[in-house]
Amino acid sequence: MSTVTQQVDPAVPAGSTRPLSERRPLGDRTFQAIALASGLLVLVILVLIAFSTTQQAAPWFKAEGWGIFAKTWNPPANQFGALSFIYGTAVTSLIAVVMAVPVSVGIALLLTEVVPYRWARPIVYVIDLLAVVPSVVWGLWGILVFVPWIAKIYGHIGSAVTGIPVLESLFGPPTSGASFFTCGIILAFMITPIVTSLSREVIATVPAIDKEGAYALGATRLEMIQGAVWPHSKGGIVGAVLLGLGRAMGETIAAALVIGSSAVITSHLFAPGDSMPAVIANQFPEASGTFRAALIGLGVLLFAFTIIINVIARAIVGRAAEQGSA
Amino acid sequence: MAVTTGQQFNLREAKGWRRTKNRIATTLMYVAFVLVVIPLVFVLITVVARGIGIISWQFLTADIPPQVAPASEGGIGPAILGTFLIVGLATVMAVPLGILGAIYLNEYGGRGVLGRLIGFMADVMTGVPSIVMGLFIFSIWVLKFQFSGFAGALALGCLMLPVVIRSTDEMLKLVPNPLREGSYALGATKARVTVTVVLPAAIGGIVSGALLAIARAAGETAPLLFTILTVTSPNPNPFSGPNTSIPSQIFSNATSSFTGAQARAWGASLTLVVIAFAFMLAARFVTARFTRYSR
Amino acid sequence: MEQPEQESVTSLQQPETAAPPQAAPPQAAPAPAPEREGYSEPGSPVFDAEKVSCYYGSFRAVTDVSLSIYENEITAFIGPSGCGKTTVLRTLNRMNDLVNGARVEGDIRYRGASLYGRDVSPIAVRRRIGMVFQKPNPFPKSIYDNVAYGPRINGEHNKKRLDEIVERSLRQAALWEEVKNRLKASGLGLSGGQAQRLCIARTLAVEPDVVLMDEPCSALDPIATAAIEDLMRDIKSRYTIVIVTHNMQQATRVSDRTAFFSVLRNEESDTRTGVLVEYGRTQQIFEDPQDSRTEAYVTGQMG
Repeated sequence: MSTVTQQVDPAVPAGSTRPLSERRPLGDRTFQAIALASGLLVLVILVLIAFSTTQQAAPWFKAEGWGIFAKTWNPPANQFGALSFIYGTAVTSLIAVVMAVPVSVGIALLLTEVVPYRWARPIVYVIDLLAVVPSVVWGLWGILVFVPWIAKIYGHIGSAVTGIPVLESLFGPPTSGASFFTCGIILAFMITPIVTSLSREVIATVPAIDKEGAYALGATRLEMIQGAVWPHSKGGIVGAVLLGLGRAMGETIAAALVIGSSAVITSHLFAPGDSMPAVIANQFPEASGTFRAALIGLGVLLFAFTIIINVIARAIVGRAAEQGSA
Repeated sequence: MAVTTGQQFNLREAKGWRRTKNRIATTLMYVAFVLVVIPLVFVLITVVARGIGIISWQFLTADIPPQVAPASEGGIGPAILGTFLIVGLATVMAVPLGILGAIYLNEYGGRGVLGRLIGFMADVMTGVPSIVMGLFIFSIWVLKFQFSGFAGALALGCLMLPVVIRSTDEMLKLVPNPLREGSYALGATKARVTVTVVLPAAIGGIVSGALLAIARAAGETAPLLFTILTVTSPNPNPFSGPNTSIPSQIFSNATSSFTGAQARAWGASLTLVVIAFAFMLAARFVTARFTRYSR
Repeated sequence: MEQPEQESVTSLQQPETAAPPQAAPPQAAPAPAPEREGYSEPGSPVFDAEKVSCYYGSFRAVTDVSLSIYENEITAFIGPSGCGKTTVLRTLNRMNDLVNGARVEGDIRYRGASLYGRDVSPIAVRRRIGMVFQKPNPFPKSIYDNVAYGPRINGEHNKKRLDEIVERSLRQAALWEEVKNRLKASGLGLSGGQAQRLCIARTLAVEPDVVLMDEPCSALDPIATAAIEDLMRDIKSRYTIVIVTHNMQQATRVSDRTAFFSVLRNEESDTRTGVLVEYGRTQQIFEDPQDSRTEAYVTGQMG
């Protein structure tokens, strides 16, 4: 049973039948191979996503060339310009981020600096609850409850700003409950949990010495945050914001229900619009041929944008974490 | 003793404008929290209020009626079956692979170039929009093998995989090294150490992370749009033929103008929310009861 | 206690010529348990280390250590912190393999076979040479499963035999009476001293040849320490024990031989490396140290 040994095997204790010299057991090597394969699966899937979707979208790229960024989207006329959806994605995501970031960072600061430990747990529970509400429920509530309610408010604001130069083009009519702005609000609710939890992680890496130093100099909490927390966590919070942006860009179902499904580019935030994931979700069932390729192509663009944003964001968060703990 | 004129030390807070600014900032932070609580409470209250009326055993088991049907007819039985099958399949595929991937990152190659790349890309993969996963499986599977619950499970599995990898990795990191050393010192191979000591020690956290991943997957709609082709008849065979799920039904009913369909959507939402919360609570419970590594 | 013996200082390279102070005569077979097949000739060392240096990356932690460990003796490694005694201990069961960048130069022979030979399996090495750690590290399993872990991974699954092994090991570790009614309780619930005895029982359950102990009592109170020291004396007849300790009194209480390590400071590169200063019978090291550094340490003037 022993493998090659050039030397007499020294004392073999009871219970052990293995010689001193032997190669690594097969089971051990197999396990390592399986583990490695599972890890590689991540890379394989990402590469496959890129290839397969691009391949399916190829007819669209070929048909339009750079016209994929054109303004007009008119499937019956075989026109598939994606600009309005890119615009819609950008606008709604920006609105979401602008609204969610101050709120999320505020809550993160609340949890790390303000509330005593006992109260932190319930607050975290609430944030977790927020995160676990499925996006389709947000969408259902959005379209059946929120949209009718806010449509009236938009109407009032719209008529109130008529005539005022900048405000009118932003908030003036036409207004609709299902609009860019509504979508932005709902997206803001949905990305708050992730931005909050990441900001918390980032703020937690601020060395306690710096915070205590600020307090020891007589700083108020606000001043301590400005002087000790902010410089350290700036970078990390930017990363968290980018991750929230990426998440908002990719959110499909809630957007599909409340954005208004109107492929236009307009500065009126209260007007209906459309976004990349929303149009894919809404129009895919009837699509075929180049139409379908175009929708998948929108998916490719979405994939590319979110990958880039996520890579940058994770790199920033990673570097901020290293610096914070250095 | 000299008369003490002059300064009296004021040990109260900073005076004037600094103090006010501080107060404003703190108030704003609380306002931020309230801004988040209000819509959450509204949504939950609405879902409960509008959904509870329709919940019944019939609702949970009966077939899906046409959208015009009134609220008293039919139910979402096929959708619950579909969610169970599809999410179950996805879990069976994603969780073991995710755990193995995390084992690779933590116990084997994590610090090398490949390991760091895999870890980084797993994080990036958590940010891939769910609709892209749906389009991916559509491109690579559905076109060849038609719509099926299994295709939906593949898409959900791809969504769950990086989440399980990351949360399992965190849990494995928490297992103290002396436990591994104690096992090595008894002559265990690395595989043995990992499977007989590290995994059992971390199992509480791993299960908790998996439960949260399942909760998220159960609520996903977008990836299913292109993989299961939402139908209304029950399909207990996930490997052949289109299927449905609870979120899919909510989505297709949400745009309906029929009150019956809308009521069913609210009922389904309540069901979905209850399921998601149940998994979340289970995850917390497991974490609280089953994570203890050392004296 | 042991009889004081008048012996000359042991040169680091030559094997011990006089009988070990235990009752077993030098000509008897070394293995106490009848089922074990021994290999060593009587009187020959269990370990032979020759010019062993240990590196962590490019940092030389230990330089040129040469010594021999003898059968059924307790050998103590003492010295100030950072002198590499734990590093040397861990080379004896190849635990340093687990550290990234760790490297061993020189020759270590275990009963005549090279420990670091090309085909040698660290798994097999560790099944023969067990280790008890500084901080007790019971697995988060039941007491029974902790002790049964080693035999199980060696292929023993028969419940009756496992029961016997568990009881025997816990008795050897002087823990049986305290836990025999709660074998299913978690190993994490034991006190420090009990947990360490559990770890010792766990190590003994696979019936190793050698037991290495890395400061096993440093995390324990004096009463628990005394229990462990009694244990060491009890099991000495069946095992060879090497113990790292920073407690000199402990070395005098339990060990037959003592190796004193110290730190060599390299002024130019501002590095420290561990060296073996003196090695001999414990009584001689403490009562008649040959090297001035040894004398300074054991009389409390240093470290």
